[in-house]
Amino acid sequence: MTGYLTSTTFLVLLTKMVVIFGVVLTSLAYVTLLERKVMAWIQMRPGPNRVGPLGLLQPLADGLKFLFKEDIIPTSANKIIYIASPAISLIPALLVFAVIPFGPDLQITDLNVGLLFIFAVTSLGVYGIVLGGWASNSKYPLMGGLRASAQMISYELSLTLSVIGVLMIANTLSLQELTELQGGVWFGFVPRWNVFLQPVAFCIFVVSAIAETNRLPFDLAEAEQELVGGWHTEFSSMKFAMFFLAEYANMITASSVATILFLGGWNGPSFGPWWVEMALPTLWFLTKVLGFILFYMILRATLPRIRYDQLMAFGWKVLLLLALANVVVTSLLVAVGVL
Amino acid sequence: MTEIVFFLFGAIALGSAINILVQKHVLYSALSMIVMLGSIAGLFVLLHAEMLAVVQILVYAGAIMVLFVFVIMLLNVGREGESPDPLRWLKFVGIPAGLFLLSLLSSSVWHAESGPQTASTFIGSPEAIGSSLFTDYLLPFEATSVLILIAIVGALVLAKREL
Repeated sequence: MTGYLTSTTFLVLLTKMVVIFGVVLTSLAYVTLLERKVMAWIQMRPGPNRVGPLGLLQPLADGLKFLFKEDIIPTSANKIIYIASPAISLIPALLVFAVIPFGPDLQITDLNVGLLFIFAVTSLGVYGIVLGGWASNSKYPLMGGLRASAQMISYELSLTLSVIGVLMIANTLSLQELTELQGGVWFGFVPRWNVFLQPVAFCIFVVSAIAETNRLPFDLAEAEQELVGGWHTEFSSMKFAMFFLAEYANMITASSVATILFLGGWNGPSFGPWWVEMALPTLWFLTKVLGFILFYMILRATLPRIRYDQLMAFGWKVLLLLALANVVVTSLLVAVGVL
Repeated sequence: MTEIVFFLFGAIALGSAINILVQKHVLYSALSMIVMLGSIAGLFVLLHAEMLAVVQILVYAGAIMVLFVFVIMLLNVGREGESPDPLRWLKFVGIPAGLFLLSLLSSSVWHAESGPQTASTFIGSPEAIGSSLFTDYLLPFEATSVLILIAIVGALVLAKREL
């Protein structure tokens, strides 16, 4: 037992955990700043620029503000569930980073069911929202929680079905193997990314992922104009911050999964001396993920929210059918040996 | 080490299973059921059945129980015992039936031959489960899918009477 705790493998694993979670938590704070900046630029404002150079210390100030704010628990709230729900929301969102390959060696653990693990854990995140809405014992949060659960169940179907096409081609559930299979190029210049083999699945995945993470234009669960703040109306101080962080963590997760499945993960051209070559895969991965996150932010700043009935009709009558058709067509193509 | 984790998950599973029955509030029962499903998934991982564990969380905790919680919240079902339970007499049938099931299960566990001490890592892999589903267990698998289809059609008919 103590032998294992002092062995090199364990120390390497521990270092990876500390590095990955440290970087993820810090970048979560900075993604919130980036979102505010991007929104501001699109709306022709300067955005937060007072705290530190270019406003770069803003996340720190926000964190301190959340910590020192008064923590109000509504009198009629269900205390245990009310206090637990932010944690229930944040823990699954962070747990996912244990299996995401940031580079050829930069991954905490490579499960043989890695992709399913991500789907399983993120499907638990909905409990934080639903229970938070219920435990507040107030009508707007309850409406928000109900909407969130219905929406997430509906879009989880098309999200999961869209992935099946990729899995049939790759024949593995391990995220590292999925990435490795996408290395190399076709015709000398087109990267062997799955997005070129499964364009329909890619579109379905991206759209459903926006709905799964409750982001505009699908953020019906918080819809300020109708529901004040949705499920987190009654949450204040650090509890609100935890819901907020969970939302951003889910956004990074969805972007990472899309990158691994469709955009080749950490694959990319490698060049330069050995230390550049070692850092490049992680850099490619982070660049692709950042691209997705920027896409999310631009969507939020430019699109209006759709109506709830439109959301449900679109999920069940368009996306789900497209995803099923994609599975059928892909399996036919795999069976005749084209893919 | 494995024993400690086994007993930990076993204790959580048993405790939350008892809690499902003891709780007066429906939502608390549902939440304890989620905890129980999660700890059983932990036991599956100890048996090297990662696939089963993940599917357990994905299907039961992540989908079916979300629907349970959704319905409880939508109908705003409150505490039990506010009106007399019309199914009280079921206790007199249920307790003997439960005891009978317990004795059956414990006798079969008692007489079971002990298998290999460490489970093979291959048996729980997605490939192994997939290939046995489509070869040895093809008929039950297809029968189950037909059953689910019937249930879906039945739910549709019940929900939309004037289709």
